[in-house]
Amino acid sequence: MTNLSRRTVMQGLGVGAMATALAGLPVFAQDRTAIRIGYAISKTGANAAGAGITTTPNYLLWVDDVNKAGGIKLSKLGVTLPLEVTEYDDRSAAEETVRAIERLATQDNVDLILPTWGTGANLAAGPTFDRFGYPQLAATAVTDMAPQLAARWKHSFWMLGGGHDYANALVELLVKQRDAGTINNKVAIASVADGFGIDLSKAATPAFTEAGFELVYDKTYPLGTSDFAPIINEVSGLGADTFVAFSYPPDTFALTQQAVVADFSPKVFYLGVGTAFPIYPGIAGPNHNGVMGVGGIDPDSEAVAAYFERHIALNGQAPDSWASAITYASLEMLQQAIERVGDIDREAISAELSSGEFDTIIGKVKLVDNQLRSLWTVGQWQDGKFVGLAHTERDGSRDPVVPKPDWVPAT
Amino acid sequence: MLSSAILTGLVLGGTYALVAMGLTLQYGVARIMNLAYGDIVIAASFAAFVLFSALGINPLLGMLLILPLGFALNWLIYAILLQPLARRSRDRGRLEGDSILATFGLLFVIQGVALVIFGSGFQSYNFLAVPVNILGTIVAANRLLALVLAVAFAIGLFVLLTRTRFGTVIRAVAANPASAPLVGVNVDSVARFAFALGGALAAAGGVVISMYLTFSATMGVVFTMKALIVVIMGGVGNLMGALAAGLILGLVETLVSTYIDPGLTLAATYLIFLAVLVVRPQGLFGKATS
Repeated sequence: MTNLSRRTVMQGLGVGAMATALAGLPVFAQDRTAIRIGYAISKTGANAAGAGITTTPNYLLWVDDVNKAGGIKLSKLGVTLPLEVTEYDDRSAAEETVRAIERLATQDNVDLILPTWGTGANLAAGPTFDRFGYPQLAATAVTDMAPQLAARWKHSFWMLGGGHDYANALVELLVKQRDAGTINNKVAIASVADGFGIDLSKAATPAFTEAGFELVYDKTYPLGTSDFAPIINEVSGLGADTFVAFSYPPDTFALTQQAVVADFSPKVFYLGVGTAFPIYPGIAGPNHNGVMGVGGIDPDSEAVAAYFERHIALNGQAPDSWASAITYASLEMLQQAIERVGDIDREAISAELSSGEFDTIIGKVKLVDNQLRSLWTVGQWQDGKFVGLAHTERDGSRDPVVPKPDWVPAT
Repeated sequence: MLSSAILTGLVLGGTYALVAMGLTLQYGVARIMNLAYGDIVIAASFAAFVLFSALGINPLLGMLLILPLGFALNWLIYAILLQPLARRSRDRGRLEGDSILATFGLLFVIQGVALVIFGSGFQSYNFLAVPVNILGTIVAANRLLALVLAVAFAIGLFVLLTRTRFGTVIRAVAANPASAPLVGVNVDSVARFAFALGGALAAAGGVVISMYLTFSATMGVVFTMKALIVVIMGGVGNLMGALAAGLILGLVETLVSTYIDPGLTLAATYLIFLAVLVVRPQGLFGKATS
């Protein structure tokens, strides 16, 4: 049996406290050679395709842009430092995301952590970002719970709106078309039985009904469905001028192909995630023209056009026309917030993100209760661009083309 | 309406059967529970995509190149990676465990290579996406091709297995690998051949589905899972069983989707799977093990 004297214990505690205090000290300016950015992103697994289109290329572009410009100025420390990146693969598993964020915060001691791709993963990571006090710029999470989440996790910022924003905007747009006599009163909806599809159909079904539309078809299909012939065959006989699918990729592409093969060419053909992807025109060929979907960009914005060019030059692929620009804008906001604070003070940076106004590629941005409320909600492929038809705050950039051109059959 | 649903279901089932046939050979004869199977399928899809989009080679012609390549690649995988495992394990359970671990690693190797070369994005091209009218039902020609190929492969291999001497040797290894050497069968080389043949079938599946499914480097596991269900339902190692099980699944999914609710297709699939497991644990066409 070992007896610990009070003195030994106190000494031990003292050394421990000293070590803790030293570890907690900020790194001194002269020791700093870079601002360390960390992120865990899905490089493998089910989310890899989405993350590889919307999130990772923007992180790479931002780091490249910042470092080419010399870095970020930290005025309080009197230095301008480049960005240095630590990257992990979360293998599309929420628990891996959480573990990687813990590791970034406690072992790698990075200065800032960028979020992973997708609604579910960002919700799962919220408590961890909050616990370590890192700002979470969720640019790829669509959730109607954003107001509550922002209140619960003070450092979280929700940049992509909720299901209601998109569903209501679509219904509003279609009401105008119906009242103008371009489409009939019948709507068919198919939605994927997973986060995004459930959220949007839950919001859209009552909105359509309230607006006086007749829902001739309103069903869900399971994630991973590859054959849409039964759905398209049934819907094509129901006489609806409007087909709405709250779908995920690759369903979005399969639905298009099936509709073309079955020659089901409704006046309004609206699809979910994936419609705004740069490969959509490649997959749909000439038939992409006139297809509507979630998201959109301002085709007249020079800043967005320049961003597209830089993105293609660095990544060899165009950004998507929905969350990509918002992801990049969230990073611009982060950079400006750091420069205004002049130091890596995460508390102050979060406060600045929350209250400041920022100049970004999507225009001047000021968050409302930690949420970006200035969003393109409905887009349509017109002349090779996925143009915004409806915006939460502005007028649409283009008028909708209804009816869309008839499908060109494959030869 | 009913005839249309049945036809659509058969066409979908053709895809399932086509993708599952290679696995039933690999699992039934070579006794390798190949978790990287779906990634071989995807690798072939990428090969067809590259041949078509970069070199303009028709995927049907491309198959003449990709099938032998798939055969050779799987022959090598078996010879280098799996043969040592097969030699050292005395019983089937041990080999299954070892092969699951080894092919799980292989899955990440293949996926990683595909990610490095092609990135994580979706790939797609259009080939034979033309409507074909069969008795008033419109189906896509490329999906119909999957059904035709599945039936052709199943019948061709069934004849090979039951009517030729070499087929008898393969069945001998499948039935009893421990006793086969007693009658002069080289189990190693037969298992290697069966595994490679399964790989070639996987490649055929990959080429055909690339004509109508958008695919990405990380999608292989989807095909492994579907193929596994079909294989176990049809009876491990039984090609006709794989064909029948694939068609049944396709039919059930389409009928449920058309007449009940598309949301229940997955539930129906697993219900059928469960029913088969309860009533005939050896699979529809499988022989009960003693």
